[in-house]
Amino acid sequence: MADLSTLQLLWFLLIGILFAGFFFLEGFDFGVGMSIRLLAKDKEERDQLIGTIGPVWDANEVWLITAGGAMFAAFPHWYASLFSGYYLILLMILFGLIIRGVSFEFRSNMETEKGRSIWDWTLFIGSIIPPFFFGLMFTSMVQGMPLDQDGNMFATFTDYFTPFSVVGGIALTLLCFLHGLNYIGLKTLGDIRVRANSYAKKLYLVLFAGLIVFAILLYTSTDFFKMHFVATTSLLALMIVLSLLATYGVYKGKEFLAFITSGLTLISLVALLFVGLFPRVMVSSISSANDILIMNASSTPYTLKVMTWMSLTVLPFVLAYQGWTYHVFKQRVKKDDAVNY
Amino acid sequence: MSFDILSLARFQFAMTTVFHYFFVPLSIGLGLAVAIMETIYVVKKDDMYKDMAKFWGKIFLLSFAVGVVTGIIQEFQFGMNWSDYSRFVGDIFGSLLAMEALMAFFLESTFIGLWMFGWDKFNKKVHALFMWIVVLGAVLSAFWILVANSFMQHPVGYVINNGRAELNDFSILLTNPKVWYEISHVLSGAILLGGFFVAGLAAFRLIAKKDIEFNRKSLNLGLMIGLVGAMMSGATGHIQTQALIADQPMKFAATEGLYEDSGDPAAWTAIGFPDTDKKETNWSIEVPYLLSILAFNKPEGSIPGMNTINQELIAEHGEMDYYPPVKTLFWSFRIMAGSGALLVLVAMAGLWFSMRKKTLMNMNWLLYIIGFTLFIPFIANTTGWLVTELGRFPWTVYGLYTMADSVSPNVSVASLMTSNIVYFLLFSILGGVMVYFVRKEVIAGPYAIKKDEDKHNKKNDDPFEKEAFK
Repeated sequence: MADLSTLQLLWFLLIGILFAGFFFLEGFDFGVGMSIRLLAKDKEERDQLIGTIGPVWDANEVWLITAGGAMFAAFPHWYASLFSGYYLILLMILFGLIIRGVSFEFRSNMETEKGRSIWDWTLFIGSIIPPFFFGLMFTSMVQGMPLDQDGNMFATFTDYFTPFSVVGGIALTLLCFLHGLNYIGLKTLGDIRVRANSYAKKLYLVLFAGLIVFAILLYTSTDFFKMHFVATTSLLALMIVLSLLATYGVYKGKEFLAFITSGLTLISLVALLFVGLFPRVMVSSISSANDILIMNASSTPYTLKVMTWMSLTVLPFVLAYQGWTYHVFKQRVKKDDAVNY
Repeated sequence: MSFDILSLARFQFAMTTVFHYFFVPLSIGLGLAVAIMETIYVVKKDDMYKDMAKFWGKIFLLSFAVGVVTGIIQEFQFGMNWSDYSRFVGDIFGSLLAMEALMAFFLESTFIGLWMFGWDKFNKKVHALFMWIVVLGAVLSAFWILVANSFMQHPVGYVINNGRAELNDFSILLTNPKVWYEISHVLSGAILLGGFFVAGLAAFRLIAKKDIEFNRKSLNLGLMIGLVGAMMSGATGHIQTQALIADQPMKFAATEGLYEDSGDPAAWTAIGFPDTDKKETNWSIEVPYLLSILAFNKPEGSIPGMNTINQELIAEHGEMDYYPPVKTLFWSFRIMAGSGALLVLVAMAGLWFSMRKKTLMNMNWLLYIIGFTLFIPFIANTTGWLVTELGRFPWTVYGLYTMADSVSPNVSVASLMTSNIVYFLLFSILGGVMVYFVRKEVIAGPYAIKKDEDKHNKKNDDPFEKEAFK
């Protein structure tokens, strides 16, 4: 069997980075979407919330599209097994992303309060479904799924929904909500900023309980501690430290610290899952012989090389102009600001 | 229709791509129209063109939103429904999708945000530039996905290894002649659609005598864009179809309803009725010489028929049914080409009476015709893709990999039924809402937005409001 090549490792890492970037950026978009119904009290506040993510959410979602495309290109066997195996879960995610994606544009075209509230609801529901099912998908994936020797997954309800995967789904949703609240704290003025802060104060207590349950289930449901003891424990510890810092930020009114640390918590979670997965990309619950490995799931060295050159050329520009939009729209959004949506 | 996974997966691909592709050319074509309007505003300093950019821009944004969400389905679909295809061709097809996301989607989505929210933040030249960058992103997106489609139609730059198509030369993928036939034709079709969309809606408003000056300018610009697009579509389509004779003779013969080898010179069947059981075309109305001229640019030369090509394909690839859905191809091609010709005439007539004679405003019958032609480019774009994609039958990658081999082996009929129903319901709702919004937007007219803005401006001048700045 061939050795793991540098390029294979690089692309495994890059896909991890793309998903991490997606959850950091789209994570707060999801959180803001949830806040539309959970935090905002009237139309003006909902518009205010939309105004905080209006110019950026679409580009944030492209991180997911790019992650999917990169997985397809660099690890076709991973992409094929994962996407066909998680058919109905991904259908749910797509449903969520679709009803959410049109909500921004559609709600602004509604004249009546009632009409607008339809698309506020779709935005809300569409902001909860994807993080929950992504969390469920990734946690059940690292737990192990029934993969046969051809890499095809024949799973049933109890394979997808385990205590660990449900906790994983809830944890990711909660982290996104908190990240969104911290973003709102950073990007708004007025009542809603205060309210976001007081919600976050309470929810962080829930998060710590959740993280402990998650850590215990990670120990009982996966082989992470056996395979990567040091990395797993340190990343778990890092998640807790970051959440503590975020809590400190929330209580002390250090909004930027809270936002950055909640984002980094999401990134560490993705890192934890990817590190624990290594050197596999899919874990088989039937036999470890059916595991799909980085080294045999990837495309050819030539494809990886071409992709590496092209990506490294384009990526700096993408990061530059995407970063620049955050600079352009850096002001806080206040109630009654004219929203173009 | 039988409910096996292959039929259901094919149905889903057809449904999702056709629906998605209503919004792709609309976003490209309308995006281009808006960019042109805003540029005219910058150059001529005529505020009406700014109003036009804003008004048509709003419809563009709606179209873009639906295009984006239906596009995500496409990327997921390959892995979900066609996992063996994804394994077979991931090296090539996957890398092109990844490039599309990286080079095009980021550009489009970022700059669309800047354009939407940047009216007051940037000077007008920079702001107009944003829309051009969005258009560039859309064109790049079309380019990469068409490189991928061209590989499926005419595979190049690969080597088969361990039962997979592995990339062996990236530059050959890009120089695949099919890429350039497809991109030029697809962009022409989008330009045509965007132009007639603007012209058609403006024509309806002119019949209602609303915002005459605004709609007259929109109509003229729309017709000009539409005319350019329609003429380009004809030219690029002609070149693309000629190339089929060598690349995909079965597709070409099917679009001409040609079961037996043609005579020399070959006559063109304007109208006929293909009989797929008896494998013959009946009641043909033929134009002598024309098929030879269309195919070879000279009044001689014979075209092989489907029955001959079927035998050749059996000899080359083994026993299988290689006949594509002949009736659909035959009629789709005629509807597409006929639409193109009709649109050229409508645009010319419209421009003649509007700009030369200046009598169009009193010619309601012609305005009605222009109004209703707004639907025709959607049909023409769709039928064009039906020819291209159904004509690929029975292959996903032409000559290399069949549809039957491509489908996910582990996905159940129940899952596919569920996703088909979910998509169908979603598309019905999205389509309905889109039509409702566009209609409402157009009836409200361009100055409904202005009133909104005035309201906001007034609010900001309110001293009480300044409290919020603290």
